[in-house]
Amino acid sequence: MRNWILPEAIEDILPAEAARIESLRRRLLDHFSAHGYRLVQPPLVEHLESLLTGTGRDLELQTFKVVDPLSGRMLGVRADTTPQVARIDAHLLNEAGVTRLCYAGSVLRTMPAGPGTTREVVQIGAELFGEPGIAGDREVVRLLLSSLREAGLARLHLDLGHVGVYRALAAGAGIAGNAEDGELFAALRVKDAPAVAALTSRLPAAWREALCALPGLYGPAGEVLADARARLPDTPAIANALSALDALAVAAADEVEALHVDLADLTGYHYQNGAIFSVFTAGQTRALGNGGRYDGIGKAFGRARPATGFTLDLRHLADVTGVTAPRA
Amino acid sequence: MPLTIALSKGRILDETLPLLAAAGIVPTEDPETSRKLILATSRPGVSLMIVRASDVPTYVQWGAADLGVAGKDVLLEHGGHGLYQPVDLGIARCRMSVATKRGYDWAGTVQRGARIRVATKYVEIAREHFAAKGMHVDLIKLYGSMELAPLSGLADAIVDLVSSGNTLKANDLVEVETIMPITARLVVNPAALKLKREAVKPLVDALAAAATAQRAVA
Repeated sequence: MRNWILPEAIEDILPAEAARIESLRRRLLDHFSAHGYRLVQPPLVEHLESLLTGTGRDLELQTFKVVDPLSGRMLGVRADTTPQVARIDAHLLNEAGVTRLCYAGSVLRTMPAGPGTTREVVQIGAELFGEPGIAGDREVVRLLLSSLREAGLARLHLDLGHVGVYRALAAGAGIAGNAEDGELFAALRVKDAPAVAALTSRLPAAWREALCALPGLYGPAGEVLADARARLPDTPAIANALSALDALAVAAADEVEALHVDLADLTGYHYQNGAIFSVFTAGQTRALGNGGRYDGIGKAFGRARPATGFTLDLRHLADVTGVTAPRA
Repeated sequence: MPLTIALSKGRILDETLPLLAAAGIVPTEDPETSRKLILATSRPGVSLMIVRASDVPTYVQWGAADLGVAGKDVLLEHGGHGLYQPVDLGIARCRMSVATKRGYDWAGTVQRGARIRVATKYVEIAREHFAAKGMHVDLIKLYGSMELAPLSGLADAIVDLVSSGNTLKANDLVEVETIMPITARLVVNPAALKLKREAVKPLVDALAAAATAQRAVA
């Protein structure tokens, strides 16, 4: 009996759940296809260097590594599909103009991403390449929301953020790339206001005050954006980021129950660099789906491409849509 | 909108109650005498949950409690993943220190880079501290009465919370290094902050204001 126990945070999917996951997978892939997104199936393992190209250390720590007996080289089991799809777009398809791709499949992580989650996540998602402007962000946010509706979920809570606001402040304060940058990024991620105050105490007043304001800038979109315009320096990068969020908020307002902006939300992967978003629903402590802009990855593969997209966890989605009453 | 606040009995509870009172939240029963683990408060929908100090981050991380009060020491040991830590409440103030037997040549040991044995309940903090100093240590995990370790020859040094320093003194130990000051933090479940913002944000702001006011008096 003991030999049949699965490793920690690894699970079987039994018939009832498997049926729900498969039905959701088909419906969502059809939905993506109807919106012009073509399916790709990247491999489960790749050479480690290429798998981690353009991504951050956070993804490296989450990646299982094995030695390839055929070549003696190090292979990584994918922990996230998005960088693989970016590689396909930049390196293999090499299309001019806009490319729309989608995918569905398992990824494996060395550590569970959050409490109660498995290490084998069944990801499904869509990525949009070659659309630099707000139109691209708007398209993927709307596709994410319509996908969740397609899955049978209502009463959605959309949370918007923008990595560019923090990046602009770090650059303005002259700490971009320093050790302080990393520490400040980590402190903002957990809204550790005392640590932000301590880390910025020696910076020029305008930048210090702006960075210290970030942990408090969360809440209903209109309120937070007005507050941010009043309290953050009026640089082009920040103005652009705020107007992008404004436009996204307008585009999505009718489709969700609550629309919030959180300017200290840096919870995605380190490769993200623009507007980011996550969707919640009442009674769930985990986001249903999240995504955002990551223009930098394609460059690492030799072809800089604007890119944005989102990922959903099919198992989580099947779990949420499978129970009639939301779990407390 | 129901809200649950996780607290641990003892110093954290004693020093959090005045802050909660300033925010308009008073338990309807005396937590010290009640044997209940979930206590109603004067504010409808807001309840207090009494858990072990080291369990506070876990309850909040899983969303079993929306907010909690935990010492910085507990948060560092837990790792603090998936928790917002917006307010330093400035209560339960003490420090994390290294202590040895009186007369132990600590400076010489550090200089020689000798491998030493360190007994502690705070394995993560100790590991991080000695790694940053480039010292090799063997950590021995203990659950209490750390002061015994150097006296009985179990370890060369201990890493422990020091408040007044009286326990160290009584056992003929001396503080040789301060690792960091420790205070209690308000921790918040990220989803609760987003989905229950109307209830959570005023409470976070009120507790921050109460903590600032109390520090100004002290």
